[in-house]
Amino acid sequence: MVHAADPDAARQGELIRLVRQDCGSCHGMNLTGGLGMPLTPDALRDKPFESLVATVVYGRPGTAMPPWKTIISEGDAEWIVRRLMQGFPVETR
Amino acid sequence: MKPLFALLSALLLSACAQAPLRGTGDLGVIIERATGRVAIVDTTAKSILARVEGLGDLSHASVVFARDGRYAYVFGRDGGLTKVDLLLARIDRRVMQAGNSIGGAISQDGRLVVAQNYQPGGIKVFDASTLELLSEVPAQSKVVGLVDLPGQRFAYALFDKGEIWVSDLSDPRLPATQKFPAGQQPYDGLVTPDGRHYMAGLFGEDGIALLDTWRPELGAKKILQHYGKGQEKLPVFKMPHLRGWAVAGGKAYLPAIGRHEVLLVDTTTWKEAGRVKVKGQPVFVMARPDGRQVWVNFAFPDNGWVQVIDTLSGQIVQTLAPGKAILHMEFTPRGEHVWLSARDDNLVSIYDTQSFARLATLPADSPSGIFFTSRAARTGF
Repeated sequence: MVHAADPDAARQGELIRLVRQDCGSCHGMNLTGGLGMPLTPDALRDKPFESLVATVVYGRPGTAMPPWKTIISEGDAEWIVRRLMQGFPVETR
Repeated sequence: MKPLFALLSALLLSACAQAPLRGTGDLGVIIERATGRVAIVDTTAKSILARVEGLGDLSHASVVFARDGRYAYVFGRDGGLTKVDLLLARIDRRVMQAGNSIGGAISQDGRLVVAQNYQPGGIKVFDASTLELLSEVPAQSKVVGLVDLPGQRFAYALFDKGEIWVSDLSDPRLPATQKFPAGQQPYDGLVTPDGRHYMAGLFGEDGIALLDTWRPELGAKKILQHYGKGQEKLPVFKMPHLRGWAVAGGKAYLPAIGRHEVLLVDTTTWKEAGRVKVKGQPVFVMARPDGRQVWVNFAFPDNGWVQVIDTLSGQIVQTLAPGKAILHMEFTPRGEHVWLSARDDNLVSIYDTQSFARLATLPADSPSGIFFTSRAARTGF
């Protein structure tokens, strides 16, 4: 799988917070789902990586999932989806 | 050991008995969502009295109050329903009632607590005193916008089915449910202060579904249709919340979806009565209890702002930057102060609503919802 370089450590920290807190408004802070689907490794196992990345960047028309492209780059989205599929890191507080 | 324990208990009890008596009218709770904890607050002293832990996953937690103001019913994301005793600062009862929950409501007579659930979708009815499950109404849909109506009824909307349902719980073990087509993807609902009109905001189309619960035979009609005029929606990074209605001076103030506007509706004709441009996607649009001001907070990435609309002039009279990630606002019972939670600053700020001066800040761990016991006496809260 070819992908852009991982975001740096500072950006990773921001993305962890963004996913937990802001994606969390619909998907739950523990990512177990809400208005949006669960984002746990189990829930994502059979979904194609590329389409998950596209969902983050461009949203899913007809659903409540917005396009995040003004806030999250393609490289950021790839890192987020990879980490979601592995089990997303918790915030270090 | 046992006699000693009994003696200690007796001492503790007598110590409690000697604590000064107090009422509950100026109490409230702050959800500390990251730590599964609530802070019990005193709105007169502007202070935190105690903390209660062990409430589970409190992302998107909401609270209703027993009508004596003593108990807070906290609905957690993980399906936990916790009855917190505000006077003794401890959990009175707790049940796990669903896999994924979004909130709840309490009946007109205070005897029934109803939870609205995403998974499994539907509502569940509990005895408010014991939290015994009395009945349920399965919906095969995520349930949003649950409110209490007069006459032991509850209205709610079905996100996946596009319907408004009204369940009569006069016999709490035998709910009688009426169903009304509403529109695409209702995302939340509210009831007017008199308990008559139920509105469900629609995400999948421009408009609001309106049901006159005094005349349910007329069905739900759509108002504010096409308010976006076919323009492409701006991204909505957080769903607006309608609960905590803003009805003031004969107008309802509602968040637009995908537009940085607050929509005004005349509550006599139900026609659009104007718009106010604001700094972002509105999340909460809440009237100060006297109705002179409407306060608005916003979705990410504009969630550091709060704006105040003067309802007489229809203009924004104040723009505040109270902190990072302002998630919720709550007015003191008669509205002289407002409490704002700044999640990413780990602070709750208290503002004077007349001078807009910050009066105090309280430390709180990732605070989200703030709920005061004055809600106990209000329909739709």
